[in-house]
Amino acid sequence: MNAFLALIARDVKLTWRQGGGAGAALGFMLTVIGLVPLALGPDQNLLQRLAPGLLWLTLLLSVLLTADRIFQQDYEDGSLDILAMGDQPLELVALAKALAHWLTTSLPLAVLAPLLGFLLNIAPGGLWPLAAGMMLGSLALSLIAGLGGAVTVGLRRGGLLAALLILPLYVPILIFGISAATAMTGPSGAGSSLIVLAALALAALAVQPFAAAAALRAYLR
Amino acid sequence: MQNFANPTRFLALANALLPWVWAAALILLGLGLYGALITAPADYQQGETVRIMYVHVPAAWLSLFAYGVMAFASAIAIIFRHPLADAAAKVAAPIGAAFCFIALATGSLWGKPMWGAWWVWDARLTSMFVLMLFYLGYIAVWQAVEEWDLAASIARVVALVGAINIPIVKFSVDWWNTLHQPSSVFKMGGPAISNDMLWPLLVMGLAFNILFVALHLTALRSEIAARKLHRLHMHDVGAL
Repeated sequence: MNAFLALIARDVKLTWRQGGGAGAALGFMLTVIGLVPLALGPDQNLLQRLAPGLLWLTLLLSVLLTADRIFQQDYEDGSLDILAMGDQPLELVALAKALAHWLTTSLPLAVLAPLLGFLLNIAPGGLWPLAAGMMLGSLALSLIAGLGGAVTVGLRRGGLLAALLILPLYVPILIFGISAATAMTGPSGAGSSLIVLAALALAALAVQPFAAAAALRAYLR
Repeated sequence: MQNFANPTRFLALANALLPWVWAAALILLGLGLYGALITAPADYQQGETVRIMYVHVPAAWLSLFAYGVMAFASAIAIIFRHPLADAAAKVAAPIGAAFCFIALATGSLWGKPMWGAWWVWDARLTSMFVLMLFYLGYIAVWQAVEEWDLAASIARVVALVGAINIPIVKFSVDWWNTLHQPSSVFKMGGPAISNDMLWPLLVMGLAFNILFVALHLTALRSEIAARKLHRLHMHDVGAL
């Protein structure tokens, strides 16, 4: 367990000191949100209606863009080989690295992204359900990104393939995240959507370590 | 089944079976098409366009069935480590993607006169669309990874994760659809389908299934031949 926590701490520290964590991804989100009114027009009512969907889409894309960082560097400099030879099962290594990605990238993004909603004239009551959905969903987003990163780790041009593999897996998270954010107009409250989001995160937690480790083993052979 | 995991024995069996399977597929397809295009009545509401159903519905069944075959073969490959299972999963994907595309394309052709639009984000269409994306991702893995063994190991993971996810996607899309479109544009059910229309549909379903077996065995046979050729080439250039 100590080795597991140490690995998470190492990855968190590395990401923060390299300055590549949530900062760059947040800049990406800010830029995309800034382009939206230019593309769709500055109509306040339209932007308010589109705000939750646009914020969720940019969150998915920025998590996707950071997916290759989870394993790539350690794979290239050989740290992953050493981790694989250690006492800790590769499943736990894969889980630790995905959790570090969650702590450094997805979770900060999920906390800060709803604030960008003010740029899109977000409905006042819609902020909390959006933020809660994003925070619950971000764990599943990171775990699935870890899976996509593991599957494409040794490929020279793996980025597009990773996107093609990861984005369809994000469909359920997007659906329930949006439904939590727009629950005021739906048949049920935000609560049930948030519970389903938590269930999706738990399912990803159960599947990701084994699937990612199987993919990593294939590359490390 | 383990006996036929040996490629040579498999090839002997496939070569013996294939003419019969192809013949059965073509005869049933002919019979089904005769029923669908000639004997079946036109629908009292949808008119002649209802005949698209006899291709559309079996293609949709088969696109799910092919993913099942792919996931099953991948699971066998993980458990028994047999390369023939990987090849079976690999060649099932393009066939399944083709059936998926046929279902989407015929649905689109059917949708234009019925709904007045080529594409509607109905629950069924959306799930099929995502299924198509899963197929494309799986095929892309085989395309992107050059080394066969590595591609096979990666593809197994992708196929099985997709198999876990497809029911979740289906469930969430249905849920999303009831949220956004209270009345579905596509009302199946209602009065039960009449016998004149049911038998061509079932015959077509069976024909498509046997057609899948024929296509799958043929593709598997050429995959084995391609692997042999590849090894011969590698041997010639001294890589092995």
